[in-house]
Amino acid sequence: MNTISKEILREMYKRMNEARAFEEKVSYFFARGMVHGTTHLSIGQEASAIAACMALNDDDLMTSTHRGHSQVIGKGIDLNKMVAELLGKYTGYCKGKGGSMHIADVEVGNLGANGVVGGGHGIAVGAALTQKMKNTGKIVLCFFGDGAANEGSFHEALNLASVWKLPVIFYCENNQYGMSVPIDKTMNIENVADRASAYGIPGYIIDGNNAIEVYTKMKEIAKYVRGGNGPVLVESKTYRWLGHSKSDAQVYRTKEEVETWKKKCPIQQLRKYIIENNVMDARELDEIENNARKAIEDAVIFANNSPNPPIESVTEDVYA
Amino acid sequence: MREMTYKEAINLAMREEMRRDPDVFLMGEDVGIYGGAFGVSVGLIEEFGEERVRDTPISEAIITGAAAGAAVTGMRPIVEIMFMDFTTLAMDALVNQAAKMRYMFGGKAKVPMTLRCAGGSGTGAAAQHSQSLEAWFCHIPGLKVVVPGTPKDAKGLLKAAIRDDNPVVFVEQKTLYKEKGMVPEEDDFIIPLGVGEIKKEGKDVTVVSYGRMLPRVLKVAEELEREGISVEVVDPRTLVPLDKEIIINSVIKTGRAVLVNEACKTGGYLGEIASVIVESEAFDYLDAPIVRLAGLDVPIPYNPELEKAVVPSEEQIRAGILKVLNR
Repeated sequence: MNTISKEILREMYKRMNEARAFEEKVSYFFARGMVHGTTHLSIGQEASAIAACMALNDDDLMTSTHRGHSQVIGKGIDLNKMVAELLGKYTGYCKGKGGSMHIADVEVGNLGANGVVGGGHGIAVGAALTQKMKNTGKIVLCFFGDGAANEGSFHEALNLASVWKLPVIFYCENNQYGMSVPIDKTMNIENVADRASAYGIPGYIIDGNNAIEVYTKMKEIAKYVRGGNGPVLVESKTYRWLGHSKSDAQVYRTKEEVETWKKKCPIQQLRKYIIENNVMDARELDEIENNARKAIEDAVIFANNSPNPPIESVTEDVYA
Repeated sequence: MREMTYKEAINLAMREEMRRDPDVFLMGEDVGIYGGAFGVSVGLIEEFGEERVRDTPISEAIITGAAAGAAVTGMRPIVEIMFMDFTTLAMDALVNQAAKMRYMFGGKAKVPMTLRCAGGSGTGAAAQHSQSLEAWFCHIPGLKVVVPGTPKDAKGLLKAAIRDDNPVVFVEQKTLYKEKGMVPEEDDFIIPLGVGEIKKEGKDVTVVSYGRMLPRVLKVAEELEREGISVEVVDPRTLVPLDKEIIINSVIKTGRAVLVNEACKTGGYLGEIASVIVESEAFDYLDAPIVRLAGLDVPIPYNPELEKAVVPSEEQIRAGILKVLNR
């Protein structure tokens, strides 16, 4: 029984394919040294990020992470400005000053990706405080990873948000590794969500590779949080297919393990669901995929044709 | 104008701004019914209620991070960090988040938050409750740093800080909380950030000082005046942005400079002020090397005599001024 509309499924499939195509392109650029710095790719985590964002309202707020490309695409983003930012161009979201780790669009409620693990917790709590004090009815989606769950800011954030009953969803994308170290070496419990009970808030575990499950559960959770019941902790179990960053030789895990997770590809799972439920046929889905790749190619052309930031801009915007 | 203490002036500034702007609110440890560890927020919860005067858990990192998040989404939070020493627990939120959001997001965010904290020694609170860490914050582009030395300045500068669209670190001086002075009561009395003040005019030597050392410097200056030495006392009031002009012009006039603060000498802000002087045209007017009188490079000790020995005394300030005058 399909309860998610065709429009939503189409958009979800589109954004997931855009995220995949975007990151494959970024990976290609980095491998050839065509962009500098570093990047953290989320291939394999598209359902976890995108379906969660899409379960919320467009005007809800979010904080993103260093592995945030899928998250911001999930929130809804101009791909031209995003690729331009990756390439350090003046037309990018941050005028070329932020790069991969700082994509933000504050006006639409994307309060920014964060280069510091656990750095978004406080910002999300503060944003939720604003919504409560101004009684806006909006909620905040705070993305973080399993690694950030061991930062002190995690504890302080969940504690304060629970005491003040703030409208924030703490959404842990558990991709099994904090850089190279598996979670069983960094936590004495199996599930991050188990920690919810310490704050007297609900904790949920969801299959982050299953877009339908993520979307459906997050719809319910968003309703609960919007109802003034305080924060929740959600743990989305997923896996990153690629290394931590561009310089990762991945000596800490086996190829077999990665292959096992690739068989649970979130995009293929969603495709199968859509076809089996007769929402769209293979031809329509192929077209969405092709359009997604084309959108990225177009964005690359836009970015390549964009100017670099003027040198004078280096001292602009330090202060308001 | 009304005579009030430094603490009352800060309280009044918050009260006026909270009355004026519903987006202004205060949060921190024990700021509610207790009135703050030093009594600075006494009476605010009675007027504004728990919603706008928020007692928090002992969680400096999240209080400060939440202030940044609230600020970037439309509020104007004031955060009280009980002792300046505890800003160490909030450094990521302040340094990596609040200070950088605007720049790294390409100018599309503003972070109008004020972080108030109590700095300085002299209360017998020893090494972890007595530091003067203002130089750290001056080193972070994106932050503004204010250290008021009088009740009047405390009021006018705090109101400016609250209305500023940037994160401002407002360093209150514990030992000045009970100092009295005349303070304008007008609601629109504001001292712009980045404007220093000549606290006493003189022609023989310039002393640049701020915060807790200021009353001490002024006392010595009055004494020397009676002995025929004319001391000009310049208070920058804000360290970032710094009123370079007022310092440079004074040194051009007197040809001699003594710099006084409480913080440790090494890596301290006096080094910055000295550099501002020697990099400017004032260099050509210097008749003697600049003298820096700062705290010793030690943690603040407990024993009252040891504690006193760490920061510049009136005798040392006097000696420093005479030294720069070759007397």
